[in-house]
Amino acid sequence: MWYFVSPKIVFGEDALDALEELEGSRALIVTDQTLVKLGIVEKIQSRLRNNGFDTRVFDEVEPDPSLETVQRGVQIANQYQPDWIVALGGGSPMDAAKSIWVLYEHPEMQAGEITPIVQLKMGSKAHLATIPTTSGTGSEVTWGIVLTNQAEQRKMGLGNRANLADIAIVDPALAAGMPPQLTADTGLDALTHAVEGYTCAWHNDFADGMCLVAARLVMTYLPRAVANGKDMEAREHLHNAAACAGLGFSNALVSVAHAMGHTLGATFHIPHGRAVGLVLPYTIEFCAAEAPERFVDLGKFIGCVNQDGQAGARQLAQAIRGLCQTIGEPLSLHQAGLDEKAFENALEKMIDDAFNDASMVSSSRSPGYDELRQIFRCAYYGTPVDF
Amino acid sequence: MLKFPSDEWIKELSKQLNESADYERSAKDWEGDFAFIVEPDEAYPQTAYLYLDLFHGKSPSAGILNSVDEKPAKYTLAAPFSAWRKVIEGKLDPIQGMMTRKLKLQGDMMQIMRYPKAAKEIIACCAKIPTDFDGHHS
Repeated sequence: MWYFVSPKIVFGEDALDALEELEGSRALIVTDQTLVKLGIVEKIQSRLRNNGFDTRVFDEVEPDPSLETVQRGVQIANQYQPDWIVALGGGSPMDAAKSIWVLYEHPEMQAGEITPIVQLKMGSKAHLATIPTTSGTGSEVTWGIVLTNQAEQRKMGLGNRANLADIAIVDPALAAGMPPQLTADTGLDALTHAVEGYTCAWHNDFADGMCLVAARLVMTYLPRAVANGKDMEAREHLHNAAACAGLGFSNALVSVAHAMGHTLGATFHIPHGRAVGLVLPYTIEFCAAEAPERFVDLGKFIGCVNQDGQAGARQLAQAIRGLCQTIGEPLSLHQAGLDEKAFENALEKMIDDAFNDASMVSSSRSPGYDELRQIFRCAYYGTPVDF
Repeated sequence: MLKFPSDEWIKELSKQLNESADYERSAKDWEGDFAFIVEPDEAYPQTAYLYLDLFHGKSPSAGILNSVDEKPAKYTLAAPFSAWRKVIEGKLDPIQGMMTRKLKLQGDMMQIMRYPKAAKEIIACCAKIPTDFDGHHS
């Protein structure tokens, strides 16, 4: 028994018009200050005002949002009493908004209690609309939440199927202004979702199709979008790919690359997409050593693999390294600028944190402590994994 | 072969955990004992209560109980016999089992979600026990 869940998705040019069809009267927009300065928040407010909404903006969400930020957002929600929460931005505002929504509806809960094993009812006070401005996180269509416990330098994987958005508005125009580096980082996040969703132990028939299509779209259109941000065909396909990958992985799960990426992000503040994309080829090589079939299957669908078995899986890993080179992403943690001594000092804590990351439970091959230490070191020095 | 559920079986799990270096590391900060409730179903018509104490990467004690009240535990995990069998045989991931309510957990869920590696190591230790499911061997 398992579930496939999805919000209603409005996508394509002018998808923002869907804001004028929402039923309600007060919307709290959860976002960051960059989007206020870029005038994107005003665009959303204007559409909502046209629909008779009063709006308020909570723009304090930082990258890797903390528990404290979420608490401030909950206070605003409690004062303002919105009937819609509108999450606007990349993964950070989305995840903060989902948490704020749950804690606004359930004041008896703490953020850490938003787990997939509690029974949660949502919608008695407000609905959630998600509007992505980056093409990677997929958070607009997922119920997963990642918050940062700053005191413990640890990312917390949270979420419950009930905190899925009511509507996701996937309008490519909002991604058009992303600079090349952000386009590259977030695109790798979408690719990692697709690859891990397809190859993790919790893969399933319903999620597979989403992952396959998303992976092919990213491999095809990410280099174009990085090279020319005004290529709207590439932008639109990437924006859709991120949502497809989000549906794919959130109805299966992610795996070792995300467990490693979360702890690298929490420890060294490497942007999430860059961290998971960087380690992905190494985790493919590790997992495929025992079960290469699904990696080969995915690589053949994308069109970058023509061999079977481990050789085919290694072709997929190399194709992803090739993509990273093309879009100017580092291939190793050393290239990403991590100091060797700082890396070694942090290594044992990162291993423990990676093992205690929810993403690790669905790995198709479970590493031991020594193996995970070696994978981290391979990713640091840029050495392919051969064990 | 050790019959599941039985006093011998849960004591063997406790022994396996005490011998596992990976479990010890993954649960080094864990504090909390478990009562595993085996609920009756078509394959097993009785209710059984298994107690497993877990503390800082070790399992100080274990045994079968007459009821959960005999030794109140910080966590209880309840499931029908057939679901337990699937978990022990590695056919049902315990986290997926909890997410689909096939396994019903009571206790501090915020705490338990921080130890997925320890949960995996417990299942790995279960798989090392030659188990007799009332005539059906694993």
